Amino acid sequence: MTTTVGVVVFPGTNCEMDAVFAVERMGGEGRLLWHADDDLGGVDAVIVPGGFAHGDYLRPGAIARFSSMMGAVAGFAADGGPVLGICNGFQVLTEAGLLPGALQKNSGLRFLCQPTVLRVETSESILTGRASMGAELSVPINHFEGNYTCDDETLARLRAEDRIVLRYVDNPNGSVDDIAGVCNEGRNVVGLMPHPERACDELLGSADGAVLIGSLLDAA
Amino acid sequence: MEFDVLVDVRLRGGIADPAGATIERALPALGFDGVSGVSVGKTVRFTITAVDVGEATTLAEDLCASFLTNPVIEDASVSVSPVGDSA
Repeated sequence: MTTTVGVVVFPGTNCEMDAVFAVERMGGEGRLLWHADDDLGGVDAVIVPGGFAHGDYLRPGAIARFSSMMGAVAGFAADGGPVLGICNGFQVLTEAGLLPGALQKNSGLRFLCQPTVLRVETSESILTGRASMGAELSVPINHFEGNYTCDDETLARLRAEDRIVLRYVDNPNGSVDDIAGVCNEGRNVVGLMPHPERACDELLGSADGAVLIGSLLDAA
Repeated sequence: MEFDVLVDVRLRGGIADPAGATIERALPALGFDGVSGVSVGKTVRFTITAVDVGEATTLAEDLCASFLTNPVIEDASVSVSPVGDSA
């Protein structure tokens, strides 16, 4: 049976079709989920994609997290369902308390839109099950508020529990400990600032994201 | 009673403040020397209905903690005064 991945759409989301494309490129089926609905419709995994949900007013993700659909996503995550937040979706998941920490403005004070090299730090997550530890993947970033931060205690926990999923090889935005992506305690919720869904075909400059999206489908 | 609420949201120490840093860097070129510690935050104003100033303050602080600020990166102070009290 085809794996179905729900892709949450808020007003201002703009990467939902990229996510659907990547899921379908990897053999799954993408299904859009409107933020104001509260029914996941039996999907096998959820992607909270990039964009500017609710215009990023107040803070990125601050308003989005109150959407009905996010209540359903939180329940799905609590039951062990795979949930992936990409870029703005990562910001939404931190605001929703599904992932620790927060994303502050890039340390270089610039919006960044460029390829980055990510190092896989663990293959024990819904995003990296197919990847080899230490593998380096070329995946683009596209953000102004992608500088991951958390308190020292949280960072120590993330390290001790092997919850830093991906690190930047050459840190572009000032993220603490070069963190590009983290997971929750259950390892079924992952957030990352880079866009693997935009790196699933050589025509796009890199197909290195395919192993990550493929891992999500495996986990579903 | 109605109360005017003013919430002053500031980035916590150590959190990147590109707007503040950019303003501070520009000041010497404009002839303003000796200015430091520039930080840019945001102000949120609203009116709240409550029985007294204590309840209004509690409501405003709850709203602040659950929505208006992200405690990982921001601090806030809340001021509450009866509507029409210009102080």
